[in-house]
Amino acid sequence: MNNKIIHWFKFGSPQSFYPLAGKMLPWFVALAVILGIAGLWLGLFVAPTDATQGEGYRIIFIHVAASWMSMFLYAVMAFWAGIGLALNTRLSSMMASAIAPTGALMAFLSLWTGALWGKPMWGTWWVWDARLTSELILLFLYLGFIALQAAIDEPRRADKAGAILALVGVVNVPIIAFSVKWWNTLHQGASISMTKAPSMAVTMLWGMLLMALCLWMYSIAMTLMRVRAIILERERHSDWVKHAVE
Amino acid sequence: MKARHKRFAIIGGGLASLGIAAFFVLNALNSNIALFFTPTQIAAGEAPKDRVFRVGGLVKTGTVQRNEMTIRFVVTDTAKEVPVAFTGILPDLFKEGKGVVAQGKMGPNGQFIASEVLAKHDENYMPPEAKHAVDQAGKTAKTLMQ
Repeated sequence: MNNKIIHWFKFGSPQSFYPLAGKMLPWFVALAVILGIAGLWLGLFVAPTDATQGEGYRIIFIHVAASWMSMFLYAVMAFWAGIGLALNTRLSSMMASAIAPTGALMAFLSLWTGALWGKPMWGTWWVWDARLTSELILLFLYLGFIALQAAIDEPRRADKAGAILALVGVVNVPIIAFSVKWWNTLHQGASISMTKAPSMAVTMLWGMLLMALCLWMYSIAMTLMRVRAIILERERHSDWVKHAVE
Repeated sequence: MKARHKRFAIIGGGLASLGIAAFFVLNALNSNIALFFTPTQIAAGEAPKDRVFRVGGLVKTGTVQRNEMTIRFVVTDTAKEVPVAFTGILPDLFKEGKGVVAQGKMGPNGQFIASEVLAKHDENYMPPEAKHAVDQAGKTAKTLMQ
């Protein structure tokens, strides 16, 4: 039992996580590609046309998945930032920094594809309703986190400042998730929930879920890739990095 | 208590108090965050009188009238109704019985003069065949009730 715990925490050190991340990376890239091809094929060729929106509804295959990831990644980023703050573990903070750019990308994709869909469907690119505004704030939180860390030269201090920003911003995640329930908004309610059957055709649903899984794998792969770069950069003065690079 | 336990407690406490603060702020701002007023709220006098605001609800079936460029329809939340007049281009999803959000001002005769009309899509996605089946079932139910 005790052995197991020690074994687990071994990967908390950047030196032992670096090769592990390198080993996991190709698997997640491969999964992302496979799931992406399957999801796009199902979404663009197999799934039927929507009765009211026509072909335009196919935005959901990227929009919904990206929106989910943008919220989930923020929660994960805040989690690692908080662990880094409380336990003073270097790798946790590095993970938080590695997640941020992918999270920002997902938030941007969500807003951008939503705007492209909104113009023909709603009749406007943008409206200041609770869902859209809180998602925009999420993008700003990601960008703020990245900018704040970049502005502080000393990594450990940058980690701490970023962690506090990330933790404060976590309040926004449930607001995005429940905004369509708490207030009246232009954005429609959730098509998928834990409590009722999904209100969409089965092939549409599968296309969407596969794309969501694809973006999960993509996000993990990108995070691992980025965390490896961050490890090398921050540990560049240690012996093992000099060995690894040579 | 070790230092790291203390830090966990501070983070946990901080998040909890932040959550409570956010809850109160959002509660206080409740009416400002809502995008539109429902016809019931307008009937109760909650909507601003001489200011631009939005009204949201369903387009009442059988009320859409086109008169050259002006479109008149009734927005309902099944309890109360607001007549709306709009001059301009409607979004594709604008349909009788579907959701709509109109921005504008209340006219002198109780008619809402809209400057912008947006369609509100619902959360249902279905292929045309399924939609047809649902509509047919609805019609049969209606005929049976008559």
